Amino acid sequence: MDAILLQLLNGLDKGSAYALIALGLTLIFGTLGVVNFAHGAIFMIGSFCAVTLSKIFALSHKAAEPSGKDFLGNPKYDDVLYITEWFGEDIGNWMIDWSVPLAILFAIPIMLLIGYIMERGLIKHFYKRPHADQILVTFGLAIVLQEVIKYFYGANPIPTASPEALRGSFDFGVLIGFEPNAIIYPVWRLVYFAFSALIIGAVFAFLQFTTFGMVVRAGMADRETVGLLGINIDKRFTIMFGIAAAVAGLAGVMYAPINSPNYHMGMDFLVLSFVVVVVGGMGSLPGAVLAGFLLGIVESFASMNEIKAIIPGIDQIIIYVVAIVILLTRPRGLMGRKGVMEE
Amino acid sequence: MSIFNPTRRGLIQTGVVAGAGLALPTYLRADAHSGFTNAPTGDTVTLGFNVPQTGPYADEGADELRAFQLAVEHLNGEGDGGMLQTFSSKALEGNGIMGKKVQYVSGDTQTKSDAARASAKSMIEKDGAIMISGGSSSGVAVAVQGLCQEAGVIFMAGLTHSNDTTGKDKKANGFRHFFNAYMSAAALAPVLKQLYGEDRAAYHLTADYTWGWTQQESIQAATEALGWSTVNDVRTPLAATDFSSYIAPVLNSGADVLILNHYGGNMVNSLTNAVQFGLRDKQVNGKNFEIVVPLYSELMARGAGENITGIVGSQNWDWKLENEKGARYAGTNAFVQSFGEKYGFPPSQAAQTCYAQTLLYADAVARGGSFNPCAVGEALAGFEFDGLGNGPTLYRADDHQCFKDVVVVRGKENPENEYDLVEIVEVTPAEQVTYPTDHPMFAGGDLGECNPGA
Repeated sequence: MDAILLQLLNGLDKGSAYALIALGLTLIFGTLGVVNFAHGAIFMIGSFCAVTLSKIFALSHKAAEPSGKDFLGNPKYDDVLYITEWFGEDIGNWMIDWSVPLAILFAIPIMLLIGYIMERGLIKHFYKRPHADQILVTFGLAIVLQEVIKYFYGANPIPTASPEALRGSFDFGVLIGFEPNAIIYPVWRLVYFAFSALIIGAVFAFLQFTTFGMVVRAGMADRETVGLLGINIDKRFTIMFGIAAAVAGLAGVMYAPINSPNYHMGMDFLVLSFVVVVVGGMGSLPGAVLAGFLLGIVESFASMNEIKAIIPGIDQIIIYVVAIVILLTRPRGLMGRKGVMEE
Repeated sequence: MSIFNPTRRGLIQTGVVAGAGLALPTYLRADAHSGFTNAPTGDTVTLGFNVPQTGPYADEGADELRAFQLAVEHLNGEGDGGMLQTFSSKALEGNGIMGKKVQYVSGDTQTKSDAARASAKSMIEKDGAIMISGGSSSGVAVAVQGLCQEAGVIFMAGLTHSNDTTGKDKKANGFRHFFNAYMSAAALAPVLKQLYGEDRAAYHLTADYTWGWTQQESIQAATEALGWSTVNDVRTPLAATDFSSYIAPVLNSGADVLILNHYGGNMVNSLTNAVQFGLRDKQVNGKNFEIVVPLYSELMARGAGENITGIVGSQNWDWKLENEKGARYAGTNAFVQSFGEKYGFPPSQAAQTCYAQTLLYADAVARGGSFNPCAVGEALAGFEFDGLGNGPTLYRADDHQCFKDVVVVRGKENPENEYDLVEIVEVTPAEQVTYPTDHPMFAGGDLGECNPGA
């Protein structure tokens, strides 16, 4: 039972990342009708926002006096951090420790800007082109973005720690009546799950309860009529592209302590996220979230030794098997609407 | 009447024949008279360095390329000479190889077997490379080694750790300086016994490809010989990035040691996940839970950050070896000095093995008195040498594997900088990691005959 609950938690955690990325993909597809293969790269750039802020906080100058010798026997000068000089030891060290959560504030304007530039500079020229063209151009963009990141940060993963207070693991089992140490789960992964739920809730609330969101939803349902009412729907959709980029970027920022960011991480998530979108139903926001969590949980259970003993290798194909079954039984996905991607 | 009376058909026939001739690989035409592929005819000789320049091991590839460039400089008599000064063989004089200036071309393996073969093929056929070296993956090494055997050039393997490279996939034209999975296990076993005792239950997570399989087989055999039991061996997909689903079952499996037969990004992520799940703070069977990473890489240790602290593993070489373990490892400081002065940081083990391989090739040519790969192979086979940083070393004739001491390391508690992530726990003597040629883990292969090509 404890093993099942552990995998359920794992599934929810994996599903959080899938759902956040798929949510952004669906927002873009639902509003602009663009199949954005660069969305995984945006997630990756979000992670590198956390890396960048850590590096900014680690900027230093050399001490005036040598403290010893370096590996070649030359005088070695210690690094003196600017941040501790400017803000004092306590605040400086606190900022370094909490650099990942602080990177959320750093990443929001950057991701909005990147989203805006991507949409205005490139993607808007492909609105009326076939989906194949959109896929090609956004996939190319993704490769360019990851090569740019590799040029500046190298190919190897860069460790990015969560705050000291949120490291280690938490005895989750005790909370629900299990023996101590039966269900131990990393604290930061629980934080990630809570953060994802918050972001998903905020996006739905924004679309549901604000005038802006109402117009966007109306535009998603009937763009032409909304335009005839004198509303500049294109401008709002561009803003939605920026918001979708910010959602994926924030998912990336908070993911940085889970797995050390590397330039390729976006591609690792991209294919799975597209499967999530298709299973959830193209253009359906609740479908994307539901499918994200569903596939995350299914994938986790398929990794259990007991399951793999019965069907070897099932952990590597289960998501695609589920996708095939769902698309055979519900061709529009779990919550897909009629007419979307069916022309 | 002219004797040259071209007709359209004649022109086409001549064109086709000439075109086919030009399209032939270089090793099948001009130098056929020399008796071997890409025999150097001018005053230069070209070496081909095939390293990952893109893909997940691009940083290791960059370090390998730095080492190759340094080796070429030293062979041509530039710079401070590096390990040429400490190398036991004195056949090299700093005037290139047999008086021919060394130049090089580089290719990108992308850490993909097909791309690596294509780039090695291009360097051999188009650039006239007479030797291919480099790489950071056993899959790539086995593939390129096979190609070099067919083409008739020498392959001096870079970072490849699978038993198969000099086991079932060994080739007469291929030579490996780097250690292998069996040696890692043999070196680690006594240290594991000393640190963690004889009564342990190990759980293996293994990368699902040739290197992972041989690494797991080797370390399982070595730990079971100590008295450890094996609770489970779970194969993980090479493309996996989040290992939480594989780590979670370890928690309540009864195992008290987790052995990560992972390398590169797999190792960074699985180790990070294992630490996140609190494995290192756990007590099982009345003992502290331990994690072992049989093959260490400094560049990957950097990726794992503080999670690597206290984790035991093995290396082919370490830049602190001579300072900490004495003059037996002569050459280390000379290499670190050259490399450090040129690039500003200490070399990785990938750099050291590639540098050593280049010198060993050049030296074999000089001693054999020929660039013919069969003469080079003869000079390398059974060659005993010293002064290249690893202590006394034998290039065994039977399988073209180097036998030398293996370094057992542990993640350092308080590293002074990003290049000082590991401490040397012990250096296991070569005799303890040497195995018979017919050892079952290396069975099934045959060196075959040396192929000079052409």
